[in-house]
Amino acid sequence: MADEPVIRVRGLVTRFGPQLLHDGLDLDVRKGEVIGLVGGSGTGKSVLMKTIIGLNRPAGGTIRVLGEDPLSDDEAAVRRLQARWGVLFQDGALFSSLTVAENVIVPLREHGPDLDDVSPLLLRELAAVKIRMVGLPLEAAAKYPSELSGGMRKRAGLARALALDPEILFLDEPTAGLDPIGAAIFDRLIGELQKSLGLTVVMVTHDLDSLLAICDRIAVLVDKKIKVGTMDELLRDPHPWISAYFHGPRGRAAQVQAQAGAHAAALDETAG
Amino acid sequence: MALQTGSADDSGWFRQTREDDRIVLRFGGRWTLEAVGRHDQELRRLTVADSGAARIDISALDKLDTAGAWAICRAVAALQKPGREVDLIGAQPAHAALIERVRACEAAPHSGRRFANPVLVMLERIGGRMVMFLEETRDLVGFLGQTVFTVVHSVLRPSRIRLTPLVSHLEQVGLNAVPIVGLLSFLIGVVLAYQGADQLRRFGADIFTVNLLAVSVLREIGILITAIIVAGRSGSAFAAQIGTMKVNQEVDAMRTLGLDPIEILVLPRVVALVLAMPLLAFFADMMGLLGGGVICYLMLDISISQFLRQLNGAVSLWSFWIGIIKAPIFGFIIALVGCFAGLSVSGSAESVGRLTTKAVVESIFIVIVVDAIFSVLFSYLKI
Repeated sequence: MADEPVIRVRGLVTRFGPQLLHDGLDLDVRKGEVIGLVGGSGTGKSVLMKTIIGLNRPAGGTIRVLGEDPLSDDEAAVRRLQARWGVLFQDGALFSSLTVAENVIVPLREHGPDLDDVSPLLLRELAAVKIRMVGLPLEAAAKYPSELSGGMRKRAGLARALALDPEILFLDEPTAGLDPIGAAIFDRLIGELQKSLGLTVVMVTHDLDSLLAICDRIAVLVDKKIKVGTMDELLRDPHPWISAYFHGPRGRAAQVQAQAGAHAAALDETAG
Repeated sequence: MALQTGSADDSGWFRQTREDDRIVLRFGGRWTLEAVGRHDQELRRLTVADSGAARIDISALDKLDTAGAWAICRAVAALQKPGREVDLIGAQPAHAALIERVRACEAAPHSGRRFANPVLVMLERIGGRMVMFLEETRDLVGFLGQTVFTVVHSVLRPSRIRLTPLVSHLEQVGLNAVPIVGLLSFLIGVVLAYQGADQLRRFGADIFTVNLLAVSVLREIGILITAIIVAGRSGSAFAAQIGTMKVNQEVDAMRTLGLDPIEILVLPRVVALVLAMPLLAFFADMMGLLGGGVICYLMLDISISQFLRQLNGAVSLWSFWIGIIKAPIFGFIIALVGCFAGLSVSGSAESVGRLTTKAVVESIFIVIVVDAIFSVLFSYLKI
């Protein structure tokens, strides 16, 4: 089982009108890893993620998530699959007419066991646990998304994504729009949750600090295909874009910080 | 001796037993959301009647998710009382980590919504709306002042008036509205004449259908129909256009560049609508009369010359002017309310939709109120 990838993409072709975004793209995501998806603007990182979760129909290629096809016509299979992954969209994408607690309850209600079995009280308790788990104060449960800051909305979105204890967590730019301290805390939260809940995490990100801090492997979208490797492998990669990305001033700064261990120390300080 | 609660099956189960004065609660199987849902009521009834130590044994667990971990944490809390510790044994490392994680998040359940006395909520809502209404009225009057000031300013320095957007807006709100305004006015004329003829024929007063038609279309219907269509068409468009610009921070960008959004966004729209409305209202009047005339001709056998003679006797030129005088004022109101709603948009795309709706409802409301005031005024002046 360990050898079987949880996500397997083969020969993916995505096209928007005349524009070819992915051309014969292959990607394997292993169970229990955190994989970061990077690439220049407009290379289709978010599109790839949307395609994997079945929001976008590719022009060609096959996708298997947990052994199933997210684009299959078998609605029951797709629903089963939807209960086994959680998605955090860029700005949380919370339902604005529901409170945070109700947002977290939505997937429980939709995909949980028969409604008769689960009392409303239990649903609220479970929602409260998830809300606390992502580090939100309990008062936030009764608030509406518009009353929350950007960082809190992301956490609430994460609580909703985690509502069903998914096996795979998809994150679209989880730290975009957060200040560096908030971003570092969010990274650590994802890392901790990943370990304690045994998640496989796929994250689209531009944040080099995140990549260094929590990603086991990095998938780089270049030339309409994907190059996967660990940070060390990619650092040695001669491809001009990859080398510019990781050896640019920002890349170097992030590495220096990580090597000096300043990163971890800063985290402890801010978290404390 | 075994006190059995909970059912045993291949998914989650739990049993309560007593062993040497110790209460033992065993959990086993797959404790996921499904099992928790099924056993929730039994677990909630879990109480401890007597003293003695308590132990929770989870060595038989196959699978645990956060819902299961929460249920176990809750069971621990239920068994715990002062002077008695509950020991949790037999946890596999992964399960122990998960339980630890959930225990750290233990919290009183929250209702998720705030409940309050409904009477108080009602009163609060009425009060809140009232305050909001007054605040909005104040802001709208302020905006009116700003706009008038800008208009005067621009008139004094005509070189600053931007012709291109003005012409473009004139096309959008005036020319492009002609077909719909014409068609609806024509149909309203048809309806009025038809209904009027039906009633008046009983008294043998068929010919007075023309009077009815002329007075109502020229004085009220023509301009009101135009105002309502324009509010729905252009008032909403103004609110949505400016609102979207506000969301994109275009309005902020204008301000930082020293450009006055009122001069650039509001002024051309207001001027365009003030100019377009009388023309549209005139067109609506004519189409309404035409529609009524067609019915008179077809149903009442009133010839064209008869119709015109009757029309001439029925209304003075003032009846026509009363409708047309109101047009620029209504146009001003619609443009003002639409632009005000657009500039009130804050942040989210959701508020664009809300304020667009509001702009339409509010401008129609104000138009009708002002129309009523005009009616009283004109009858006072005996026009």
